[in-house]
Amino acid sequence: MTLDNKAKNSADDTSIGLEEIARRIRGRMIELSHRSKTPHLGGALSCVDILTAAYWSFLRIDPQDPTYPDRDRFILSKGHAALALFTTLAERGFFSQALLDTFAQPGSSLEEHPSLGSAPGVEVSSGSLGHGLPIGLGMALAARIQKRPYRVVVVMSDGECEEGSVWEAALFAPMHGLDNLITIIDYNKWQATGRSNEIMALQPLAQKWEAFSWRTYEVDGHDLRALVETFRSFSSGNGKPVAVIAHTVKGKGVSFMEDDNNWHYRIPSGEEVTAAKKELGLL
Amino acid sequence: MRNAFASEITALAAQDERLVLLLGDIGNRLFNEFKERFSDRFYNCGVAEANMTGMAAGLALCGMRPITYSITPFAVTRCLEQIKVDVCCQNLPVVIVGTGSGLSYAGLGATHHSMEDIATLRSMPNLTIICPADIMEVRLALRAALKHSGPIYIRLGKKGEPLVHKVEPEFAIGKGIILIEGKDVCILSSGNMLPVAVQTADLLKNHNISSRLISVHTVKPLDEPLLAEAFSNFTLVVTLEEHSLIGGFGSSVAEWLADQPPQPSRLLRIGAPDRFLHEGGGQNHARQVFGLTGEDIAAKVMRVYGT
Repeated sequence: MTLDNKAKNSADDTSIGLEEIARRIRGRMIELSHRSKTPHLGGALSCVDILTAAYWSFLRIDPQDPTYPDRDRFILSKGHAALALFTTLAERGFFSQALLDTFAQPGSSLEEHPSLGSAPGVEVSSGSLGHGLPIGLGMALAARIQKRPYRVVVVMSDGECEEGSVWEAALFAPMHGLDNLITIIDYNKWQATGRSNEIMALQPLAQKWEAFSWRTYEVDGHDLRALVETFRSFSSGNGKPVAVIAHTVKGKGVSFMEDDNNWHYRIPSGEEVTAAKKELGLL
Repeated sequence: MRNAFASEITALAAQDERLVLLLGDIGNRLFNEFKERFSDRFYNCGVAEANMTGMAAGLALCGMRPITYSITPFAVTRCLEQIKVDVCCQNLPVVIVGTGSGLSYAGLGATHHSMEDIATLRSMPNLTIICPADIMEVRLALRAALKHSGPIYIRLGKKGEPLVHKVEPEFAIGKGIILIEGKDVCILSSGNMLPVAVQTADLLKNHNISSRLISVHTVKPLDEPLLAEAFSNFTLVVTLEEHSLIGGFGSSVAEWLADQPPQPSRLLRIGAPDRFLHEGGGQNHARQVFGLTGEDIAAKVMRVYGT
């Protein structure tokens, strides 16, 4: 299959239907968090719409041929949202729901943070924050050297932007005009123990990226149509890497989880899973 | 060793178009030829070693063969987590090159000494550690590293070190090179201490102690058959390194020895004590302070050997 055909496969869907996909992904994640007794649900739920828009409407990928050389690379640098990545990959057809069901079980390849080689579609190991952007930068540079058309998308958290390595990478990419590198910040305004803007002076975040010479967008990170439009407006050849500040809500999709940082660590009970799935229209 | 590295890496880049050189803002003019000939594979990554190392992992994930290069503390401990997570944990073919290792840049102060790099890196799964002894070994180590499929750390000295190997030796990762045959004491020298080891062997010879001298360029994985042979045939085995006695080459030999059945021979470890050095003066002075001269080492060997 040529690159053009592959690209069409993943880009023809519109935002109609994406909402339903995102709801299904959220329901599965909540179920799996309960079943495996694993935390980090809040920050995983906040990036579901970003992943949905990217995987169904932007990335040139082929779940049937997950390692073809010209595929776009997606890095979930905020590795604690592994459940969102795994559920998205399974839903997108990279691997089976049966494999997804093993998430965090003893002996499963699917750990609580993504690991290279753990499942088709997982491009990079992550879990320690501030690593994904430098790695993505290396991939974007490789594409340039190899004269290949692939793009690299890195999703980070806002708390992650406190890592110095993020800003090292932020200084390098514009210097070399890596406009095939896109970083999306899942700006849910929380980090593990508090409001991100009360812990470090992240604000004004968009202006920081702009000042570092990145082409910067701000978008509602739960508006799938807006996300898709933003992604599709990227054009290569302008010499600037792209930063998307996606304003999100931690725990998005479930009223009793939204913007409540307890869900960084809390694990839903059986009753809460049922209530959440009802809200999502899955029951 | 720096110049040999620059010239060899340039030659290798001509043969392998996957090779990418990443520098941590050092090597002024050293890489001019590389930069000129392979401008799209030459990147000064600035004073940002964590990013440089992460980038190397990304390049390797996409089929390139990246080499990171900086002064050892900045190429290694500064970005240790990137080495662990991005490079070693993902088992990627990244070559990490530290220059000015050990006490090579002694005069620059403790920030520029690296007496702990082997100790910190040795516990990283998948990582191979090579400490070349002279420019010949630098070139051979680089060629071998680029044929290797996993991560490698190469620990360089500075420039102008004496050439020890008169002819090109056979070089294989994990295999020591015997330089001098002897029967009383076996000296296992790691990295840039080899010229001192040669001097030590000469001094011992004057006292009728015959030394076998081996350049153990690969600290990990250890050449276990070589160790087994040494500890069964010599009453004294000496390890020599410009690194802390904690966690370095000598430590790794001691760990290996502790796991063996009782051996008839004794191990003597020569290296640096557990302290920072805070005084001016170059490498030779620092070696004197730490007892790492040929005279100091020969005297210690004679005391332990019982002459």
